[in-house]
Amino acid sequence: MFKRWLQTTTVATVLALAPLSAMSAMAQDAPKQGGEIVVTYKDDITTLDPAIGYDWVNWSMIKSLYSRLMDYKPGTPDLEPSLAESFTVSPDGLTYTFKLRKGVKFSNGREVVASDVKYSIERAVNPKTQGPGAGFFGSIQGAEDVTGGKSETLSGIETPDAGTVVFKLSRPDATFLHVLAINFASVVPKEAVDAAGGDFGKKPVGSGTFVLKDWTIGQKLTFERNKDYFVKDMPHIDGFTVEVGQEPLVALLRLQKGEVDIAGDGIPPAKFLEIKNSADGAKMIVDGEQLNTGYVTLNTKVKPFDNVKVRQAVNMAVNKERITRILNGRATPANQPLPPLMPGYDKSFKGYAYDVAKAKALLAEAGFPKGFETTLYSTNTDPQPRIAQAIQQDLAAVGIKADVRALAQANVIAAGGTEGEAPMIWSGGMAWIADFPDASNFYGPILGCSGAVPGGWNWSWYCNKDLDARAIAADSMSDPAKSAERTAAWGKVFTDIMADAPWVPVINERRVVAKSLRMGGADNIYIDPTRVINYDAIYVNQ
Amino acid sequence: MLLVARRLVQALLILLGVAAITFVLLYALPADPARMIAGRSATAQTVANIRHELGLDQPLLMQFWHYLSNLLSGNLGRSYAQKTDVWTLIAARLPATLTLMAAGIFVEVLLGLTLGTIAAIRRGGFVDRLVMMASFVGTSAPQFLVALLLLYLLAVTLGWFPMSGFGGFSHVVLPGVTLGLCGAGWYARMVRSAMIDVLNQDYVRTARAKGLSSRRVILRHALPNAILPIIAMIGIDIGQFMGGVVVVEAVYGWPGIGQLAWQAIQQVDIPIIMGVTLTSALAIVIGNLLADLIAPIVDPRIRTR
Repeated sequence: MFKRWLQTTTVATVLALAPLSAMSAMAQDAPKQGGEIVVTYKDDITTLDPAIGYDWVNWSMIKSLYSRLMDYKPGTPDLEPSLAESFTVSPDGLTYTFKLRKGVKFSNGREVVASDVKYSIERAVNPKTQGPGAGFFGSIQGAEDVTGGKSETLSGIETPDAGTVVFKLSRPDATFLHVLAINFASVVPKEAVDAAGGDFGKKPVGSGTFVLKDWTIGQKLTFERNKDYFVKDMPHIDGFTVEVGQEPLVALLRLQKGEVDIAGDGIPPAKFLEIKNSADGAKMIVDGEQLNTGYVTLNTKVKPFDNVKVRQAVNMAVNKERITRILNGRATPANQPLPPLMPGYDKSFKGYAYDVAKAKALLAEAGFPKGFETTLYSTNTDPQPRIAQAIQQDLAAVGIKADVRALAQANVIAAGGTEGEAPMIWSGGMAWIADFPDASNFYGPILGCSGAVPGGWNWSWYCNKDLDARAIAADSMSDPAKSAERTAAWGKVFTDIMADAPWVPVINERRVVAKSLRMGGADNIYIDPTRVINYDAIYVNQ
Repeated sequence: MLLVARRLVQALLILLGVAAITFVLLYALPADPARMIAGRSATAQTVANIRHELGLDQPLLMQFWHYLSNLLSGNLGRSYAQKTDVWTLIAARLPATLTLMAAGIFVEVLLGLTLGTIAAIRRGGFVDRLVMMASFVGTSAPQFLVALLLLYLLAVTLGWFPMSGFGGFSHVVLPGVTLGLCGAGWYARMVRSAMIDVLNQDYVRTARAKGLSSRRVILRHALPNAILPIIAMIGIDIGQFMGGVVVVEAVYGWPGIGQLAWQAIQQVDIPIIMGVTLTSALAIVIGNLLADLIAPIVDPRIRTR
């Protein structure tokens, strides 16, 4: 039953990822066991608490430290049971019953039981935890009472025995299995959280593939293989050390000298072509697609972007090819909000082609034959201001004089969430990367009415009640038999939205990771669609 | 003793002023810490909850009062993003920060004193011009460039030093020399002008007339009298380096306080920014106090004033 369900739900995913899977199959010949590696990052690791950590660096480490009821097959967005041995879904899609694997242990030696799952999710939802994940669990009965401070327990999670967890939902939620696979649903032991005295993020205890052995604040973290992990021969490496505070350029030099195995921040633009064209370049560079779209928001509440013709004209004015060149070709032009890897992406959709003459004509039709003046916000770290300037030049070509305002990320986010403040925002550096591989994750907060509120992330302030209703209808299709229909419905939402053009979808940026020649495994486990570096699946060749 | 007591009271007032100004400035920023913590997918309820839990929904004065009362009991608060005591995070980086500060100041002073003295003795000559030009290049060269050049030459190409990290003596050489090279120019210029003044004094002329060797005149009579401004400059540098030298720390992967501050600024992690600012302010106060205490020992004339 479950197998068939998975097959049905992931048809579109498999199709979308066909080339990726083929690549994966080619490279996944007999992973080797053993070896320790060094990984570098520029930024320090903020926390390893799964209820709090929410940046792309700690995301992969948290994935490996803990286990969840559901997880993804390495290198793919395909769901599979993890801590759960099996599960059933009621015909109305409102009750999910999970049977836990027996004998799974936390790194403190205690067996994982059903009440741990309940505690962990309640902890993630509890306001006192100050975590960002509460909203994901909104469909569980009683979630509002917990977020509203009326209760500390979720009435919708029941644990009839130590090996069974039952979730009762207040509405059908087709994304619920994905929600149980995100980091916020990681299972933690209450006694360890209590013992850490509010510092669980630095003293993590989980049941994942790795255990944190040592953390020297500001310098390095050492992870050791969890010998008791419940999947045989996983992970492949014996351990990894994460060195932080490493400038990407220096990390790359160290990688070339053999001191580093994975430069997590990739290759600085200035060195990219040199490395790419070097003898070992192809083996060192992992250049993969991710579930990401970079876009320019056009604030529908600020004149003249309240005029759809102006928004369409701006869509035609931006030369996306040129922007991909600024990124040394590490991106492809986008024409719709969904990235190509996401189920629901419409390959046949053409969007707005780059056409200066048509853009000018549309502007004239809208009553702006001589253009207008506006402001384009951008974050201030390279290469974002350069991309904003390229857009500025494109706009100038159709008569729009845009003043580029490059600010710190926090200031841009604040401007975007303030009504009437930012006419246009280039999302680079803050571009939407999916929390889980489902189209719905690209809608609510950034294009739906619920996000068009003060402090929200819908910086176009676009609110289309019809599309919102279609989105809700699509997310209610939790019947496995309707999964293809649901994916198609979502795809149509995103192409239809482009008629109103609240965004200029600009690029789908690829992530670049640099790895040493001794590292083995397919590219898609170094840029895993659900966790960036998949520490469980990578291996050392010698 | 009276000086120390007076300075301690002054220090407390300065720290209070720094705390107040930084606090107000940070809260005047158009950025919402709760929104940064909540992330992209959070509901308005989640953001409101986080704001409430952090006390950010209280009036500014109330927030400042809470901060101050915690501060007086030695509590710098908890990081918004890392959920760890700020003092733990700062303390973890103090050894590296102090080491780099000592190394940087040592190289600065060594180079500055030597070159400044030589330039003063050879005033107007080729060596003087060369030293002045070098000091000009040193002070105006971007730290990033100097750091990368040294790294590439001495660590990558020649392999004499490790490229990155904090550990033994070999790790501190390159960051220390980078700071020293970039800062020595100021010292050299200062020493040169002070030495020129001193070398024209009557007592130096007398010393020479007594037949003392040139080396003895310079080392025993001139240098101690020219060193006073250097002590004041070291006091200032202590504060500056304790606030973090972000660029040098970044290039050499040095786990200093600057990197902590930089990341906190990106994340609007106000408790860490406050903590680092206060630590830096405290270091400036202590540095200046030390300079004031050491000056009379070096120059007895100050004691009699």
